[in-house]
Amino acid sequence: MFAPVYFDHNATTPLAPAVLEAMLPWLTAQFGNASSRHEYGRAARRAIDEARARVAAAVGAHATEIIFTGGGSEANNLFIKGASACLRPGLLAVGATDHPCVIKPAEQLTQRGWLLRKLAVDGEGRIGTENFLATLAQKPGIVSAMLANNETGVLQDLPALAEPARAAGAWFHTDAVQALGKIPVDFRALNAAGVHAMTLSAHKIGGPKGAAALVLDKRVELEPLIAGGGHERGLRSGTENVAAIVGFGVACELAVHGMAEAAPRLAALRERLERGLLEIGAILFGAGAERLPNTAYFALPDFDGETLVAQLDRAGFAVASGAACSSANPEPSHVLRAMGVAPELARGAVRVSLGAANTAGQVEDFLKTLQATVAKLRRLTAIAV
Amino acid sequence: MLNLPIYLDYSATTPVDPRVAEKMIPYLVEKFGNPASRSHAFGWVAEAAVEEAREEVAKLVNADPKEIVWTSGATESNNLAIKGATHFYSGKGKHLITVKTEHKAVLDTCRELERQGFEVTYLDVKEDGLLDLEAFKAALRPDTILVSVMFVNNEIGVIQPVAEIGQICRDKGIIFHVDAAQATGKVTIDLSTLKVDLMSFCAHKTYGPKGIGALYIRRKPRVRLEAQMHGGGHERGFRSGTLATHQIVGMGEAFRIAREEMDAENAHIRKLRDRLLKGLSDIDQVFVNGDMEQRVPHNLNISFAYIEGESMLMAIKDLAVSSGSACTSASLEPSYVLRALGREDELAHSSIRFTIGRFNTEEEIDYAVKLLHEKIGKLRELSPLWEMVQDGVDLSTVQWAAH
Amino acid sequence: MAYSVKVLDHYENPRNVGSFGKEEEGVATGMVGAPACGDVMKLQIKVGKDGVIEDAKFKTYGCGSAIASSSLVTEWVKGKTIDQALDIKNTQIAEELALPPVKIHCSILAEDAIKAAVADYRKKHGEH
Ligand SMILES: Cc1ncc(COP(=O)(O)O)c(C=O)c1O
Ligand SMILES: Cc1ncc(COP(=O)(O)O)c(C=O)c1O
Ligand code: FES
Repeated sequence: MFAPVYFDHNATTPLAPAVLEAMLPWLTAQFGNASSRHEYGRAARRAIDEARARVAAAVGAHATEIIFTGGGSEANNLFIKGASACLRPGLLAVGATDHPCVIKPAEQLTQRGWLLRKLAVDGEGRIGTENFLATLAQKPGIVSAMLANNETGVLQDLPALAEPARAAGAWFHTDAVQALGKIPVDFRALNAAGVHAMTLSAHKIGGPKGAAALVLDKRVELEPLIAGGGHERGLRSGTENVAAIVGFGVACELAVHGMAEAAPRLAALRERLERGLLEIGAILFGAGAERLPNTAYFALPDFDGETLVAQLDRAGFAVASGAACSSANPEPSHVLRAMGVAPELARGAVRVSLGAANTAGQVEDFLKTLQATVAKLRRLTAIAV
Repeated sequence: MLNLPIYLDYSATTPVDPRVAEKMIPYLVEKFGNPASRSHAFGWVAEAAVEEAREEVAKLVNADPKEIVWTSGATESNNLAIKGATHFYSGKGKHLITVKTEHKAVLDTCRELERQGFEVTYLDVKEDGLLDLEAFKAALRPDTILVSVMFVNNEIGVIQPVAEIGQICRDKGIIFHVDAAQATGKVTIDLSTLKVDLMSFCAHKTYGPKGIGALYIRRKPRVRLEAQMHGGGHERGFRSGTLATHQIVGMGEAFRIAREEMDAENAHIRKLRDRLLKGLSDIDQVFVNGDMEQRVPHNLNISFAYIEGESMLMAIKDLAVSSGSACTSASLEPSYVLRALGREDELAHSSIRFTIGRFNTEEEIDYAVKLLHEKIGKLRELSPLWEMVQDGVDLSTVQWAAH
Repeated sequence: MAYSVKVLDHYENPRNVGSFGKEEEGVATGMVGAPACGDVMKLQIKVGKDGVIEDAKFKTYGCGSAIASSSLVTEWVKGKTIDQALDIKNTQIAEELALPPVKIHCSILAEDAIKAAVADYRKKHGEH
């Protein structure tokens, strides 16, 4: 059977086998509602408590700091909308390359009297300190800057941002959805540096879709996004998705334990990949910054990203053009625009994001395929001209 | 062989039907793609499964698939419907109407809107748990923009007159939301005739997985909402966030089964419910809460007078049942739903909810009846209230040293 | 709710359930709580001429912890003088039964029941 090679791990990941195994009982015999007081319910509650402890341990947080949500998008919305609802409207600053599920709720807040500042980044996608300090001088109530970018993999230097932000009196949130499992994420250390809240999502780390978390310093006051029933300390109501939460817990543990081995391996694959890409004439985005080890983001001048990606798909490689989470809109990537990449080039963007099952052989095959595809497309365009 | 404890709490949540689980698993394993991924087959396969499930959900309630938006559950659906519509139509008025026996997901959402300056009328119900239509009409105001009434009550199983309420709302141009979390697979829902604008669903009360639900948003006449979660623009902008394919597939399959098997299943469940009721009919001072006619066959909510609910639960721990509502957690309050029926406190404190489902058997019901007979005798021996009543004391005349 | 072994034991085998005849010599009754609160506890003590509690009985409408608390109290008061009985504190009851925080009020109710029974005794016997 023809099995395409999956190179789109920043969009979502396959479930780790041990995660599936841990989830299955909660999809079958152990079906209780965790709020029920009988044994079916209590068993579910214990499983959730255990998962909460696992997630907390994976990121160096306390179990009581974990608020489970149904997704990373929800957790980001919960923080942005929930924290702002408890503050007097003022200035709100979010990274210009942040995920739409941070930027869009922030834009919504402008209807409630908030002023929105998108934090500018340099050509490599890093938030510039000078600009940032100028924003802080205007005393924002809330700052949100992602730890790792989903398109480029570029990392922000959070302590350098959070420390002055704390001095300026802002709540600081970071979207760590893409960072978890790929680089060390330590909430205690981040918290000490002034980060008050952090978003995680299970399906990016070998866990299931449908579970995520907001890690929250308890000093931050939040209005819930979803009311009714008082689950998750009143911050997120709704019957708990036990199976997905259990899966999330196990996935966190596996991802963090496996990282020491996986990260250098992925970094080596990515290095090989990017060497090959440069040889084909690709332009790499964000490669000058510190990055996640698994992500390569590039464009071939004169080639449309959509076309390339479609050709690659036909040849058996699943990659992304722009970001999958927002693939619903065909605009050129807002991340690349913020980095100052010309729109024509940005339209050519292709993202390869590697994961546990990928091999050196697959990378070699991919490079060959890409080269052949490029050659073929060149011939076609030559004929067209 | 009896498997203990016997699960009689199907309104708290249901087991996932094995057929549903089987259909879900491939979407956890090889078909793991993100349905929003437009650039490869992993994404397309997931997206196709999501759309197929959307059709199944729509079919159960006779709606158009385009009218179905995925959420994480009925709690989120209720929040999205009520806050989303209220905010969108806030220019037209600031008054909402709901009912005191609604689920917390509706009541707490309404409280939040009150804090934002909206006005909410919480209607009483009659002693049988049903809404009084005259009282409802009287509560309508020129600035009423939204009415929210549940289809089937989660504690007492009564079916509210949604068709009549819907007609009244439609005539007046008021948005009508219905929480149908407890209704799917239990009563026929035909949105082509019901004048309902928004309807909340969840999978885990209908043999699907937890963590997935849907909101029906009528297209003709078109109902508008303000989204509550923003981001990638999923679900046509109504609700952003990666779709949990396996859960959606599970909900679709669960709703397909519900559509095909509802009639036969209800007959089976009604038989069991009647058997349980009959089995308890020779016990003194036992009261059914809520109307017996306008009621789903799955639910039997009973007050065993002069026995406190929690000690009762402890005595019958071989039965997994609930006292009060399980969806709301560990509070020691007596059920606000039973209070709303005007039940005396000692009866409200003494209620047990039995909810019967797909996998219960006659043998299980018989076991339950036998166990209840034994334990009720023992607990009444322990009860000072029972003793007083036996001595002819009228409890309502007693001066209690309340603490 | 997870119950401790001791709560379960008292709940399943409650000690001294029942009532004394109303007119029995030396009997006093404490009734506390209210149906509206979901708990009513009736504690009866039978006090000898020497002021020592000879026997005790209870009936309780309430949760398992309330039943266990009152059952335990009937055991504890026996053999004590009424003054000694008044020294029994809810914290001791809660500790003995390992009650979780949400169940502390059940032990308070049991302490109140002792006080009420003693007050009834004193009223009947003209003590102050
Ligand atoms: C950086 C980042 N944040 C948030 C999200 C959204 O999380 P979820 O897919 O769990 O809604 C994604 C991807 O989808 C992401 O890449
Ligand atoms: C009537 C009703 N509405 C809403 C809900 C909440 O739905 P969910 O569990 O999907 O959050 C429940 C039960 O939990 C319910 O019974
Ligand atoms: S008597 Fe009220 S909870 Fe124990």
